[in-house]
Amino acid sequence: MVNLEIKIHELVFKNPVLTASGTCGFGEEIADFMDLSLLGGLVVKGTTLKHREGNAYPRMAETPSGMLNAVGLQNKGVDNFISNIYPRIKDLDTHIIVNVNGSTIDEYVALTERLNELDKIPAIELNISCPNVKEGGMAFGISCVSAEAVVKAVRKVYSKTLIVKLSPNVTNIADIAKAVEGQGADSVSLINTLLAMAVNAETRKPVLSTITGGLSGPAIKPIALRMVWQVYNAVKIPVIGMGGIMNATDAIEFMIAGASAVQVGTAIFIDPTIPVQIIDGIASYMERHKIQSINEIIGSLQC
Amino acid sequence: MKKTVTDFLLVENKQLNKDNFQLLLQSPQPFSDIYPGQFINVEIKEATEIFLRRPFSVLDVDYNQQTITLLVKILGRGSKKLTEAIAGQTINAIFPLGKSFTLPDKSDRILLIGGGSGVAPILFLAKICGLNPSNVNVLIGARSASDHIDVSSYLNFGQFFFTTEDGSLGEKGYVTNHPVFCEQLNKFNKIYTCGPDLMMKAIGRTAIKKNIFCEVSLENMMACGFGVCLCCVEDTKTGHKCVCTDGPVFNVNDLKW
Repeated sequence: MVNLEIKIHELVFKNPVLTASGTCGFGEEIADFMDLSLLGGLVVKGTTLKHREGNAYPRMAETPSGMLNAVGLQNKGVDNFISNIYPRIKDLDTHIIVNVNGSTIDEYVALTERLNELDKIPAIELNISCPNVKEGGMAFGISCVSAEAVVKAVRKVYSKTLIVKLSPNVTNIADIAKAVEGQGADSVSLINTLLAMAVNAETRKPVLSTITGGLSGPAIKPIALRMVWQVYNAVKIPVIGMGGIMNATDAIEFMIAGASAVQVGTAIFIDPTIPVQIIDGIASYMERHKIQSINEIIGSLQC
Repeated sequence: MKKTVTDFLLVENKQLNKDNFQLLLQSPQPFSDIYPGQFINVEIKEATEIFLRRPFSVLDVDYNQQTITLLVKILGRGSKKLTEAIAGQTINAIFPLGKSFTLPDKSDRILLIGGGSGVAPILFLAKICGLNPSNVNVLIGARSASDHIDVSSYLNFGQFFFTTEDGSLGEKGYVTNHPVFCEQLNKFNKIYTCGPDLMMKAIGRTAIKKNIFCEVSLENMMACGFGVCLCCVEDTKTGHKCVCTDGPVFNVNDLKW
């Protein structure tokens, strides 16, 4: 029997496979397809202090080996999460992590304070990298100064595991990672989507209502791998890797590059059973390579 | 019925006319309770250009044979690739997805209107609605006679009317120009429609004006098909709703039409 357990800060995960925010709803939407308790963790849909309708349709464009989205954090707000959703999912036997968003630092703080009260939410993922909102979001994650400011403010009010989700739309992602580590982040997750666009040649119009959106899927995997490796080499806190992971081999590549855990996102749209297939595939890989503990492969890249 | 990811066997791929194909898929497991308007999201095995699944409305089911029939109209690269599939091949699909049309009551007099590949759920509804055929009226529109699919096996389920834009079959014009729609609409207490957006809007707005119950089946672009990506939203009177899970069938009164 191989040991798939990994640790992010003080939190032990039964395996390194999490589902990414915005690709698994609140878990309930994919419960028909898999036993959610098999997952290492589940990062629920991006939550904001107040209800958000999100951006206008069309919000999606298929692209080679990937897709663009411009959902814009559509969600019913934290009150709805706490009163309606949390009671239904809190007893799932997996770590439920809430993805936290705000337009201002005060909003991030107020939202975090609400989530801090919830016993069964052991961690938050601070999203300073959403490319699809007009205010806040990625704006916080593209400069060290603003990233530091939001993490510092949230750290003051949050005692549990604080993961910061980084934007790839920067010159040097390692600098941002170091900046948030310096303010007390317990982990960084990367990458969020890459700012991108699609054009309809027939109509000469943008495909998305917002003109630009975020690119995800296998198209971005090599970029994500490179960034995970750069960040792993720059910080001491654990890195959670994501970006185009479609199978166990992809997941293992991220872990070799330095990720302690991975998130599976866009792949769920294609096949919601993929996260479980990845967990099984990692175990087979370890047996084949006679690896006892998954921790042996984290950052094991041989240059 | 629980949603599943299933490897279907493609039993038959029949070309109906230039752009329309009928695919017969057999599930390895029994299934039940699939209703008109629900869809299945089909994986297209292709290299890099086709990344997402393609949703298709169910045309027919046979629970004994464990089969689902799809009508696939070539609209782009994904649907074209699917029509090239050959019998014996495995077709992976997620099903059943979405909400169906509200099944009519025994006393209803219904008008079913289909256009393009939107005829699939319309024919399925005509077949299973359980009404006296004299109370089921089916109006189907297409560009030309050669674009209409053969509905001869459905004629026992209701009275059929056709339109073509060039007049080569039935009335010339759009479905909304047909007398059954523009002159006799008051005969019906329920309208169900699926087809091009402009056609459904024209029908839906008339239904709203005349205060006739009307359900439309939308086909916004979707990534997942089961309510997690939030990409296929329709802006309704109660906010953005996912076409894949809150729909694809909506009552026109809930839409901002």
